Amino acid sequence: MSEEVRSYRDGMRAVLAIAATVWFFGASFGLLARSSGLGVVAPLVMSATTFAGSAQFAVVSILGTSGGAAAAIAAAVLLNARYVPISISVASLFHGRRLRRLAGAQLIVDESWAISSRGGGRFDRRLLIGAGLVLYAAWVTGTAVGVAGGEALGDPRDLGLDGAFPALFLALLVSQLVDRKAQVAALLGAAIAFALTPFTPAGTPIVAASAACLLGLRRRPGLRRQRT
Amino acid sequence: MTVWLVVAVVGTATIAFKAAGPLLLGRRRLPDQVAGLVALLAPVLLAALVVTQTVGGDNRLVLDARLVGVGAGAAAIAARAPLPAVVVAAAAATAVTRLLT
Repeated sequence: MSEEVRSYRDGMRAVLAIAATVWFFGASFGLLARSSGLGVVAPLVMSATTFAGSAQFAVVSILGTSGGAAAAIAAAVLLNARYVPISISVASLFHGRRLRRLAGAQLIVDESWAISSRGGGRFDRRLLIGAGLVLYAAWVTGTAVGVAGGEALGDPRDLGLDGAFPALFLALLVSQLVDRKAQVAALLGAAIAFALTPFTPAGTPIVAASAACLLGLRRRPGLRRQRT
Repeated sequence: MTVWLVVAVVGTATIAFKAAGPLLLGRRRLPDQVAGLVALLAPVLLAALVVTQTVGGDNRLVLDARLVGVGAGAAAIAARAPLPAVVVAAAAATAVTRLLT
């Protein structure tokens, strides 16, 4: 079996475990949003349009603790700004009419993007779309169950689900550390994120860490050393 | 009313962020210099996500059961466990740690 086929299968299997986790978080988002006074329809519309967990949780926690609309918007926009570089990295996977590209791009979310990554800046279109659709369905149906009364499901933190996401990202990161440059950049990115975490609102560390990518500018094409 | 304003603005901004690459770049190839930079996006952002999802809080470092979960996940990765097993091991270790502390 070729490595390509194996990684494809691993990815598809992985997204199911992640989708279950995402579903629970969608349910807890719906539950929290409703108990914070956001109503029933607004959380559903938000899950269907924003489709980005951390930003949505930030909005609920800020509005729920009498923070203003401006603070909620600023936090969520900062959190989701990472989707600009992320969407640039997968831009070539989307083709067709503008509306089709616009719609397809909405399936870009941390997990679908990470699972579709093949290292060296390459991404698999089928994996991204497939994983994105599964995750979107999980997020929206989870939200619906949550706003309808997800108390019975319990807190996803009690199930340890918040510890599952960093482990997933770590597993996907390991497969990305293909050469020395990637390793150094990853280390630098992690260091920037770690250094900023105690002083900045959530979201800022990730956006700032992307500066570590500038390491990729230095080497001129053609001088690439082959290492096996 | 405030809620709907936030939902509308955040939704519109996020849709625009996600569409930025596919709409503005399309299938055009990036210049080699920029491609080198974009190739590092995945390892860099994934590394940053590992850090923020493990110890991240709002304006503070939070050391809790997630650390143990990531440790268990790392052990599973080192043992060459498949991805779903890594995810389950991390969740289980996080849950058990939280139960005991």
